Amino acid sequence: MDQILSLAATNLLSPIILCFALGVLAALARSDLSFPEAVAKGMSIYLLFAIGFKGGVSVADHGIDARLALSLLAGIVLSFLLPLIAFALLRGMTGLSRLDAAAVAAHYGSISIVTFVAATSVLESSGIASEGYMVAVAAAMEAPAILSALWLISRGQGDGRRMDPELMREIMLNGSIVLLVGSFVIGGITGADGLARIESFIVSPFQGVLCLFLLDMGLVAGRGLREGGAVLRPGPLVFGVIMPVVGSAFGLAAGLLLGLSTGGVALMMVLSASASYIAVPAAMRVALPEANPSIYLTLSLGVTFPFNLTLGIPLYVAVASFATGG
Amino acid sequence: MQTHKAKRVEITIEAIMQSRLTDALTKAGVTGYTILPVFGGSGRSGQWSRSGQVSRASGMVCVVCMIRPDRLDGLLDAAFEVVERHIGVVSVVDCEVLRAERF
Repeated sequence: MDQILSLAATNLLSPIILCFALGVLAALARSDLSFPEAVAKGMSIYLLFAIGFKGGVSVADHGIDARLALSLLAGIVLSFLLPLIAFALLRGMTGLSRLDAAAVAAHYGSISIVTFVAATSVLESSGIASEGYMVAVAAAMEAPAILSALWLISRGQGDGRRMDPELMREIMLNGSIVLLVGSFVIGGITGADGLARIESFIVSPFQGVLCLFLLDMGLVAGRGLREGGAVLRPGPLVFGVIMPVVGSAFGLAAGLLLGLSTGGVALMMVLSASASYIAVPAAMRVALPEANPSIYLTLSLGVTFPFNLTLGIPLYVAVASFATGG
Repeated sequence: MQTHKAKRVEITIEAIMQSRLTDALTKAGVTGYTILPVFGGSGRSGQWSRSGQVSRASGMVCVVCMIRPDRLDGLLDAAFEVVERHIGVVSVVDCEVLRAERF
């Protein structure tokens, strides 16, 4: 137990998590600290490319096996399943309407790639290895949750018109997925030789860029919490903290069933615990425009994202280490 | 200088709906439009600012087009199909243009 707490405390005091906390505090204190939009976009492109590329190189080193396919399948199943659990919890413990509950639920089946990147960085700093193909699992978990939420609504209203082909195309080909999967494939094709050529660009500066990016995300999350906090009642707020823990338990079970490494189990927990705030909100605005965006954005970005970054990741890494004996 | 009467239609809508709106306008025969960024605002859905958004999809844009008055109804019908269920504002004002054949 002491070991778990010590690991959690070390992760909690890492530069990336402290940078995020600084951003949240600055936003809550109404500081004028801000990043130019283009800089934030550039940093997110860099991080997605780096994490995808390194994941591909790792797969090239270790080869493709059945566990990769099963992990992808598990990720897809979790993404379909978690919104149903989130929906049941929301309907049971909050006063949200069916529509708002379905929209919120979709966010909790999908993933936050920033949380995933931060978790990967924490694992690397702690010297805990993970499967490189978890990047592909992350990409696979982006979209299924949206279909689950739309199914929940169509089941209740007999309305099957919500998902149009254009929306499906936008979800499947959103910039983050294309860049993540594309760089993963490039990393897989070029392998260690490819990494050696661009290592000075994508390995050494990674932690520093991630610190600045999370400082910006902290500012965004803090502003979201400040502006949207008033719309949240205690029920949804509690849900925003409970659901990631529930999701991580499913991720833990899946990771252990698949026989993943300590890092792999931790990442599966992180993916299952995280909530989307980029792809899913956009999809919900198109498919369920009547749902209140203040509720689902504040919950995923203002409550669950900070929870996962500050307390969740250290907790998931510690639990995964304990469960796998790593 | 000779000027011609026209209508200036300004539609402020969620950025995620931009391409759907411009596609509908093009189908309705609109020959041109201008898209402007929106930095923030306040309305029925609460306050928001561009700096508080994670991605462009969460923001708003303003689509401006000028057309001949006799084509206004077709444009508004097409625009309404897209914006009906969404956050946004549609306004129409009278204006004058120099080269009527372009609208």
